[in-house]
Amino acid sequence: MVEIKNPENILEEIELSDLLKRALELKKDGLRFSQACAAYVNDKFELSYSFSNYETYQLHTLRVVVDVEQEVPSITEIVPAAVFYENEMKEVFGVKIKMISLDYENKLYRIRQEAPLGPKKEEN
Amino acid sequence: MGMRSVVPFGPQHPVLPEPIHLDLVIEDERIIEAIPSIGFIHRGLEGLVDKRDFNQMTYVVERTCGICSFQHGMGYCEAVEHIFGVDVPKKAKYLRTLWAELGRMHSHLLWLGLLADGFGFENLFYQCWRVREKVLDMQEMTSGGRLIFSVNKVGGVIKDIPQEQLNIILKTMDEVEEELKVIKNTFFEDYSVQSRLKGVGVLTKEQINALGAVGPFARASGVNVDMRLTGYGAYPDLEFAPIVSTAGDCYARCYIRTMELFQSIDLIRQVIGKMPSETDLFVPVKGNPDGEYFMRVEQPRGEAFYYVKANGKPNLQRMRVRTPTFANIPALCEMLKNTELADVGLLVLTIDPCISCTER
Repeated sequence: MVEIKNPENILEEIELSDLLKRALELKKDGLRFSQACAAYVNDKFELSYSFSNYETYQLHTLRVVVDVEQEVPSITEIVPAAVFYENEMKEVFGVKIKMISLDYENKLYRIRQEAPLGPKKEEN
Repeated sequence: MGMRSVVPFGPQHPVLPEPIHLDLVIEDERIIEAIPSIGFIHRGLEGLVDKRDFNQMTYVVERTCGICSFQHGMGYCEAVEHIFGVDVPKKAKYLRTLWAELGRMHSHLLWLGLLADGFGFENLFYQCWRVREKVLDMQEMTSGGRLIFSVNKVGGVIKDIPQEQLNIILKTMDEVEEELKVIKNTFFEDYSVQSRLKGVGVLTKEQINALGAVGPFARASGVNVDMRLTGYGAYPDLEFAPIVSTAGDCYARCYIRTMELFQSIDLIRQVIGKMPSETDLFVPVKGNPDGEYFMRVEQPRGEAFYYVKANGKPNLQRMRVRTPTFANIPALCEMLKNTELADVGLLVLTIDPCISCTER
């Protein structure tokens, strides 16, 4: 049988000030950047940055909770692969991400609506 | 230094089945930089969580893409099932794996045909799509849909495949395998194919790692990552190993996808050979999900990512799909640097772009 790797996902909640440091540490540990996304929960943004281990496939997610108006530093200088993800978070959710290495200025998605589209109003 | 100019590529272009736009900065026919733009068919599917409950979202997620529709539904359902903590019946896992591998076959055959068309080998294009029809027929026979199956539900699947149909699939796989051997020889040995693919668009393992590329695109550069090894579906019971090459060029990408076709045939045979006899296809799921989960599956184009966050209400708080093409575009832009303008169409094709997936 093939060797199946089925590790538990790790969700690490960190402060915004530790984001760049932890992203750099995970990169130095040899983890692969997997994805980043935002969620609008309880009038705050939950930002998730996921890294995956090449050998064990373990997913390590950094979770940062920020206020809507709070500025977030870009991790693209450390993780170039994050450029589209951060542009998407900025454009679709309105997360105030600063210093993205290639900043599309809310024009990544060529849609008719004015961007940023969020933060959305809670309906539930 | 020659004169620099910007050539717009796409969103409408003969090699592009779906719209993506690239601003190509060129100098004497050589690409200096490629700047992508997406969003021409953005549909806001993730935002539909406000209007559709978590069960209805299964059908929304399946419509993310017409090529890898089944695996989108499967990935989403697995994420919600993890939140509920339910263990779906073994038969459902096997059926999901069977449909997933059929989907991989039709996707790779579609891509091989488009690639052949891209470098002007029309007859090879016809042959690939002729074989693909047989796979589509199997999908239609077993699910009722040629591309969008709608057989997934949270807790399992809604349709069984009777033994007579499994026998037909096995017989068809024998035919497809024989025909693929002929097609494979043309792709691997024909002079004109090699002259267009070998040594073109090379990316190293280090570049792939830095730019976060996934799937056959990454495995062609020696990155041995295959999400099927994370153990979802019936894969823990099957014998297989990721197919990897180290050349990193267009030919290697073609090699990986062609060999994965044979691997899928083998996996389908294994699944049918070990198909459980139980009759339960799903476990009833009661209540609403409460929690969050990150799920990954290996789609034909690579690792797809499903993030589901719920708070005990019928509507999810957040549903996020990160498709393989979204992850592969930065590496595509890097690959285009220092290549000839005439090769751009072919190079874009070799990442197997699925823009519908990417737009969501």
